[in-house]
Amino acid sequence: MRIILGQVFLTIGTTGTQERPATDLGFLLHKHPDKAQAFSTSHGSAHVFYPEASAERCTAALLLEVDPVALVRRGKGKGRGGAPDAALAQYVNDRPYAASSLLSVALAAVFKSALGGVCRAMPERAESPLPLRIEVPALPARGGVELVHKLFAPLGWERVEVTAVPLDEQFPAWGDSRYVRLVLEGELRLADALRQLYVLLPVLDDAKHYWVAPDEVDKLLRAGEGWLADHPERPLITRRYLSHRWGLTRQADQALELVRLAESDELDVDSVDNAVDESTDTEEKPVPLAEHRRTAILDALRAAGASRVLDLGCGQGQLVQALLKDVRFTEIVGVDVSMRALTIASRRLKLDRMGERQADRVTLRQGSLTYTDKRLTGYDAAVLSEVIEHLDLPRLPALEYAVFGAARPGTVLVTTPNVEYNVRWETLPAGHVRHGDHRFEWTRAEFRDWAGQVAERHGYTVRYVPVGPDDPEVGPPTQMAVFTRADTTTTTTTTTTEKKKEAEAA
Amino acid sequence: MNRDHSTTGAETAAAPAPAAPTPARKLPVTDLSLVVLIGASGSGKSTFARAHFKPTEIVSSDVCRGLVADDENDQSASRDAFDVLHYIAGKRLEAGRLTVIDATSVQSESRKQLVQLARKYDVLPIAIVLDLPEEVCAARNAARPDRASMPRHVIQRHRRELRRSLRGLEREGFRKVHILRTEEEAESAEVVLERRYNDLRHLTGPFDIIGDIHGCSSELETLLGKLGYADGTHPEGRTAVFVGDLVDRGPDSPGVLRRVMSMVASGDALCVPGNHENKLGRYLAGRKVQLTHGLAETVEQLEREDAGHPEFRGQVREFIDSLVSHYVLDEGKLVVCHAGLPEKYHGRTSGRVRSHALYGDTTGETDEFGLPVRYPWAEEYRGRATVVYGHTPVPTTSWINNTICLDTGAVFGGRMTALRWPERELVDVPAEKVWYEPVKPLVTEAPGGREGRPLDIADVQGRRVVETRHMGRVAVREENAAAALEVMSRFAVDPQLLAYLPPTMAPTATSREDGFLEHPAEAFAQYAADGVERVVCEEKHMGSRAVALVCKDAEAATGRFGTAGPTGALYTRTGRPFLDDPAMTEEILARLRSAVTAAGLWAEWDTDWVLLDAELMPWSLKAGGLLRSQYAAVGAASGAVFPPAVAALEQAAARGVEVAGLAGHQRARAQDAAAFTEAYRRYCWPTEGLEGVRLAPFQILAVQGRSLAAVPHDEQLAWLDRLVEHDPTGLLQVTRRLVVDTGDEASVRAGADWWLEMTGRGGEGMVVKPLGALVRDAKGRLVQPGIKVRGREYLRIIYGPEYTRPENLERLRSRFLGHKRSLALREYALGLEALDRLAEGEPLWRVHEAVFAVLALESEPVDPRL
Repeated sequence: MRIILGQVFLTIGTTGTQERPATDLGFLLHKHPDKAQAFSTSHGSAHVFYPEASAERCTAALLLEVDPVALVRRGKGKGRGGAPDAALAQYVNDRPYAASSLLSVALAAVFKSALGGVCRAMPERAESPLPLRIEVPALPARGGVELVHKLFAPLGWERVEVTAVPLDEQFPAWGDSRYVRLVLEGELRLADALRQLYVLLPVLDDAKHYWVAPDEVDKLLRAGEGWLADHPERPLITRRYLSHRWGLTRQADQALELVRLAESDELDVDSVDNAVDESTDTEEKPVPLAEHRRTAILDALRAAGASRVLDLGCGQGQLVQALLKDVRFTEIVGVDVSMRALTIASRRLKLDRMGERQADRVTLRQGSLTYTDKRLTGYDAAVLSEVIEHLDLPRLPALEYAVFGAARPGTVLVTTPNVEYNVRWETLPAGHVRHGDHRFEWTRAEFRDWAGQVAERHGYTVRYVPVGPDDPEVGPPTQMAVFTRADTTTTTTTTTTEKKKEAEAA
Repeated sequence: MNRDHSTTGAETAAAPAPAAPTPARKLPVTDLSLVVLIGASGSGKSTFARAHFKPTEIVSSDVCRGLVADDENDQSASRDAFDVLHYIAGKRLEAGRLTVIDATSVQSESRKQLVQLARKYDVLPIAIVLDLPEEVCAARNAARPDRASMPRHVIQRHRRELRRSLRGLEREGFRKVHILRTEEEAESAEVVLERRYNDLRHLTGPFDIIGDIHGCSSELETLLGKLGYADGTHPEGRTAVFVGDLVDRGPDSPGVLRRVMSMVASGDALCVPGNHENKLGRYLAGRKVQLTHGLAETVEQLEREDAGHPEFRGQVREFIDSLVSHYVLDEGKLVVCHAGLPEKYHGRTSGRVRSHALYGDTTGETDEFGLPVRYPWAEEYRGRATVVYGHTPVPTTSWINNTICLDTGAVFGGRMTALRWPERELVDVPAEKVWYEPVKPLVTEAPGGREGRPLDIADVQGRRVVETRHMGRVAVREENAAAALEVMSRFAVDPQLLAYLPPTMAPTATSREDGFLEHPAEAFAQYAADGVERVVCEEKHMGSRAVALVCKDAEAATGRFGTAGPTGALYTRTGRPFLDDPAMTEEILARLRSAVTAAGLWAEWDTDWVLLDAELMPWSLKAGGLLRSQYAAVGAASGAVFPPAVAALEQAAARGVEVAGLAGHQRARAQDAAAFTEAYRRYCWPTEGLEGVRLAPFQILAVQGRSLAAVPHDEQLAWLDRLVEHDPTGLLQVTRRLVVDTGDEASVRAGADWWLEMTGRGGEGMVVKPLGALVRDAKGRLVQPGIKVRGREYLRIIYGPEYTRPENLERLRSRFLGHKRSLALREYALGLEALDRLAEGEPLWRVHEAVFAVLALESEPVDPRL
């Protein structure tokens, strides 16, 4: 359930003298200081008024009243309790961002000329810096106080005051909210200050949204003119500002079922729909360890002479992609429990544009290793790369039976982190697992103990291969077990029916 | 020849055309078969088919040609047309429907494909040949505009090919061949549908199904006696069914045969053959067989019979020849055969069905004793019919997926076992001695787990329809199953412990009352309209849903649910462990257990486990993350933004700027925001360990052997009060309640007042339930099991701080409840189904199927604020 913050507020103030009165702000903003004006925007109304307006001090306030009910009920109907599909943004997005994005839009609409640096009445004042004071009492800021500082400090402000807003003073243990109170003071051109806000308000909120026009890059370039190019945080600003482009690819439709399940259990969507970490392990930035793992897996598969291969828990399909490059792998089946992972994998492999011959070699399908699955029988090899640690320990026997008892491929490769190595990760706090969804991480001894028992129970032999630099003290970062099914004696086909029946008669 | 292999070859010989007005020729056709009409163009196949079969039973090559090529006579489309024809016929046969092929089928190649098709689906291929004179065919074609131009030589070629084929039709595999040679014969012939030999669905028993005997005549007599038979007849008219392997290895195979043969002859018994009978039959037929696996003993015993009863040997041979490989009994609910049979073979007739019924399926491997490794067909069995079989000696019988093996190795010194049907009671007698040393020890084939096998993905994936007792078929869409698969696989507790998931609940119809979106009046009115006179209002606790499975001890958990370690489970509405810490879960279970013990309820319920539905508080314990990221965040932002905004407006007003309206508005909004913060704060309080944690149970769902979901709520609440009373730790919390008579105005008013009072003090609201729990309306439809009526302040955290403003409320009132109500009922029916299946001891996959469906439905698109 998302609640809508229907209130956004911002003040812009300046000081002056009798010669250069502060009230010139009214001309620069094209809004008369003695009037309260209202503008209607698509999601509510924006009000501009001046709490103070003298030659010495003049402050303009922009108050945006978002109409939450109108936002939610957009596209109602269809007999499904108010068209949840149309209300998608409500359930997938963080609403306060919408307000924040709307404030940005409102700024651009209400102060259009000022943002463009245009002032026919006093062009020279528009061109020159003013002593400004900008206050945003509740600014959603992902990245907290620190990031707000980083973003505004390089932009010529003399004072950047950022105060965290506590979540609830009655529950101090809850800590700070994602909102901060921001005060900026310094001598800047009004247009520059407004453009910074226009870009940085949504950047700080960093939420994904879905209704952005395709000319957003141009808008960013225009609004960022003169200050964005040299900003030390430019990559972050650009990425976050344009996040909706990737947000769009996060096909809302696909995740919705999962979103509803999360909501029905009063959980954050991200704590359920987190099978794929789209920010890491991407093609563009190969993580060296992942590279090592793939190499080790490919080597082991080739050594086993496997040609029909299952990638169980294929995730975003990096291994499937690597397998496709080697024609000896004639049938590659990527299986994952997450539909989102499969969608990303399919996109990564460009399955829809792949040539028929190539496409015939690869299949992606949803499956779960806590259930046996007949479609997985009869393969040369199965890879479970960084999979088992994503399962609660009590569920591991189900996986064990599904893979080793039911599917029974000739070779099974299992990789998992070696927890002993964690002390070598400088960035990993002591006692922490490497990934939020890791339910356990094993030492080498624990892994071998499990693997040995599995092999014993199901008629496999097992050997262990280090992946990554093998530290003499703590071992390799990743450990791999190579299981080989012990050859079973099979009745030869020359056995006569008679003999077979004799045997069966027993 | 066995009967289900037999060919009624006589018809082929009875070819000569009879004189004109002879009685109509009867053409026997097995009720499930592939009937292939054979005849030249114009021989009247389509007319014949129309006259004797249902239109939907006929698959015509002309029609298929039309389907793929827009022209029924386009010969160039034949290849594709026949693909379509084979496909349609295949689908029909797979579904067990009689199918008639209307094509010329004069070439052996085309018939071969059809015979293969019949074999593929294990049905009998039957040929009906229309061998009519050339002139007749030509005249008929001439009368059809689309065929008038067909050259004469086409018919001549067809007839040539047909004549060449006639003799070989049986060799090609047709089990019955009917040849009609004149127009009169074709017109007057009568198709007579015959029941398959294995189809005894009309026999409803009751039955006593008896496992492998292997010549243990004395044990058989003891068992028959124990079952109540006197000299092969049951006084109550029960029928014995023998699963085969009567002979070999044991001391008195002739004695067993004599008993069984006489019971079958007198109609007191049915018998299917075992592989040992099959081999004995081949021996008696003079075929060369090895006298191994106990056959030597039988042969020797039979030789001793020869002196006194020279005719016996022949009778045995005849008896064995007459045996049908499997029977479908009791309206299709029961299948009996020797070695087990997958559902697709039930009631089918083919060599491989017979082979499977007699020998079972093997993997092709042999084990360390040199014996074939049997394919675990029962593990994959999903059929509705119960399959009772023998063949593989097991130390104890156990139900696996609605199948049971009755071979408990009597001849190896085990027991001889019978199953009473439909009672499903097992009756057995011990072997008098080890009559024959087994090659390998009696071990069970079931791989671990009391359920015989783990869950299979085919149990849950894709679009599924779950058959429920209370609401018929409930469908699950593929995308919903996909989401449920992810959540179930990644987050849920072990499915063995997850016997139930709670259904969603619909809110009351929207209120028109000033200032209210929900009000009890509508809930009472709805139940009154549904014909429910008495309802119970139960306080809605301010926590999160929790289902608790409490076992008496670890052994009970292992015994009933097959898990080692936990003594139960405590999980959320999507099946996740409620608490991260297993020790804390065990502590809650322990307190519940003590309360059940102290209240004396284990004995009263006659159970060693109990499943209950509850609310765990505080809400912040579970939803802390959500509270912080969503609710508190809104509170924090509004708390930060309103004071400066209101101050700025006041400042402007002081300067004489006209902002009075805006300022007043902002002050009102600030108040709403403060009320919102107050609303969520009521759901939060700090906990330390179990300190501060409360559990309010509100329904006992099931105990051993019984679903309690239909127990009236007053009885339920009485149990629950006893539980709370017997919990000295303060964990358990009572649920306040008020019974309301929906037809009594004063009572209804009292209900509304109670709600107003409770929610006025910040309560979440109440749930109104029919007192009778499981109730149907006058039309027999399920009534909502509960309707929630949420408090005005509570709804602030659902609909937003300012939802109570008249203009907002007015817009929110146009909400749609239909889908939510339907969803609530479907999930309710699935939940009941899971409990019933659990109570009846059905295998895990059956219980899980229903539980999984509840989870899947939870991902259907419905307004989450309802």
